[in-house]
Amino acid sequence: MSNRLLRALGYLLLCGIGVLMAAPLVWMISTSLKAPGEALSFPPRWLPTRTVEVTIGGEDHPLATATVGGRSLRVAVLGQTPQGARVRVLASGEERVVPRSQVTPLRRMHFEWANYARAWTALRPEIGFLGLLHNADGFLVFYLNSIFVVVTITFGQVFTSSLAAFAFARLRFPGRDPIFLGYLGTLMVPGVVLMIPLFALFTRLRLTDTYWALILPGMFSAYGTFLLRQFFMTLPRDLEDAARMDGASPWRIYWSVILPLSKPALATLVTFTFLHYWNDFMWPLVVISDPGKKTLPLGLAQFQGPYVTEWSLLMAASVVVMVPVLLVFVAGQRYFIRGLVLSGLKA
Amino acid sequence: MTSLPSPAQRTRRRWPRGGRGWGDAPTAAAFLLPNLLGFLAFTLLPVLAVFGMSLVRWGLVDRPVYVGFSNFGQLLGMGYRGGRLVAHDPDFWRFLWNTLYLMGGIPIGIAISLLLALLLNQRLRGIVVFRTLFFLPTVCSAVAVALLWKWILEPEYGLLNFALMKLGAAHPPLWLASTHWAKPAFILMTLWATVGGYNCVLYLAGLQNVPAELYEAAEMDGANAWHKLRHVTWPLLSPTTFFIVTISIIAGFQGGFVAAFMMTDGGPAGATTTIMYYIYKQAFWWSQVGYGAAIAVVLFALVFTLTLLNWRLGKRVVFYE
Repeated sequence: MSNRLLRALGYLLLCGIGVLMAAPLVWMISTSLKAPGEALSFPPRWLPTRTVEVTIGGEDHPLATATVGGRSLRVAVLGQTPQGARVRVLASGEERVVPRSQVTPLRRMHFEWANYARAWTALRPEIGFLGLLHNADGFLVFYLNSIFVVVTITFGQVFTSSLAAFAFARLRFPGRDPIFLGYLGTLMVPGVVLMIPLFALFTRLRLTDTYWALILPGMFSAYGTFLLRQFFMTLPRDLEDAARMDGASPWRIYWSVILPLSKPALATLVTFTFLHYWNDFMWPLVVISDPGKKTLPLGLAQFQGPYVTEWSLLMAASVVVMVPVLLVFVAGQRYFIRGLVLSGLKA
Repeated sequence: MTSLPSPAQRTRRRWPRGGRGWGDAPTAAAFLLPNLLGFLAFTLLPVLAVFGMSLVRWGLVDRPVYVGFSNFGQLLGMGYRGGRLVAHDPDFWRFLWNTLYLMGGIPIGIAISLLLALLLNQRLRGIVVFRTLFFLPTVCSAVAVALLWKWILEPEYGLLNFALMKLGAAHPPLWLASTHWAKPAFILMTLWATVGGYNCVLYLAGLQNVPAELYEAAEMDGANAWHKLRHVTWPLLSPTTFFIVTISIIAGFQGGFVAAFMMTDGGPAGATTTIMYYIYKQAFWWSQVGYGAAIAVVLFALVFTLTLLNWRLGKRVVFYE
């Protein structure tokens, strides 16, 4: 009995926390769909609405219901006076002044989809995405840049890390263990510690504000090498021994035996790498200033500048940046979380 | 069959001290070099270089001038001014305090993560929906999360103050515009963004590894739910907790950059500038590259020392089966 009570309580708590966790996201989407000015209304409304307008004599006036002489009537609000709102009763056409508290503006649900179009096209880098696009929509450029940079980094890092991990786990060469210790030793170094020398290096190479600066440092990862090396060490050697007896080269064993057996670890590394660089902000911020080369987080940060108080537009842009990743995560969350648990570590 | 040496045994003789493995040096080099060269250029070289850079005065465009340890003297030193002991760079100590203050959210976050994991560990309908929902902020871009919370924390029209006024607060805080409330606001945002994330999943994995017999045995001895949590679950989760604490401290010292950059520019009056943001400002904004490198070295030393301390302490408090 008490066990069931505890479960019911737990469920209730879960729902409560669920509401708290979901509220900001729902609020973001709701704000992103509000018409100009509607976001700044108090009390705030969860559903995007706007006032309904009626045209009288070529001018638009908000439609409202007002209590006139004890009856609720549909009116057009013509203006405000110190005594109250000047309204015209639509049924009779008479005009009168009603206390403001008696007037309720009529609101209708309204989704301002145009916010998304405005946010998407607001910034226009002159030359964008590898110099291929001219005056294209800002977020299109940021998306393409992000996809190009992050996919290249992810492939590159998984490839170089798995090669090195194979060497550390399976090959024998002088200095193997000291080199591996060197890799391990750098795992604890905070990223910002590397950033200043790296910035100096890329400045010296005249590579700031290039895709090289975005991509190169991400291509080689001590963490990825460590993760894969640990996984390769757990793989049984029988299969590759057999392959070696048949005269298979190390390359062939790496490609046809080790890699296919390591799909869970590779998937984990791919996910971590992708997510990390997709959301990476500080390094791109430091090395990139050309709007045409900016990735999504940088683009969003730049977008904040001119639209700093236009919350509907800012939220629309945030949704544009967030939602695709969220969808991918929801679709693949099982594999993602399993991989996370398998590795028992995070980047 | 048994007398035939395997190829591994045959090749092993070439480098007797190399341990298990096979292949020749050129092959190994081909596998290793792509990664090793990148590692040397973009990880090891910068790690070593940062120490050298912390010993110069350098504005990036001029020639670096060797100044010995004076950057560190300026950063960490103190002197008497007007009969009072004053730090040469009081900002650094203030920003260090800010960083530690924000790290005060870590234990709260860990407790909530554990609670969420306990709740999610039940066999209930629709539990996957909750797990997914709690994890969602983790995959969101930090820049977008910062923008969203800047809006939520907006004093006049924001969602949070609206909720607080509904609950009866007559004058809710100004949050990001207040030197007192900006840091709690950051903690609140971080809690939302992280409690359902990696830590929660690690705890969930830890919980699923607790053997059911232990609970059964405890029940036989008349233990209630709290007893089981206190004397079975918590000790068995201590390795997970230890790992989470270590990682959180390391991350905490490097935290606060995106939030400060997007929401407050480190303000008001430096109230949300963390060490990380101070390094960024010094090195990349004011082009004090040498000074920025010196702060980075101090940060590195802090992280390193605390991790070691944590490790030593962990050996004593962690319960291993």
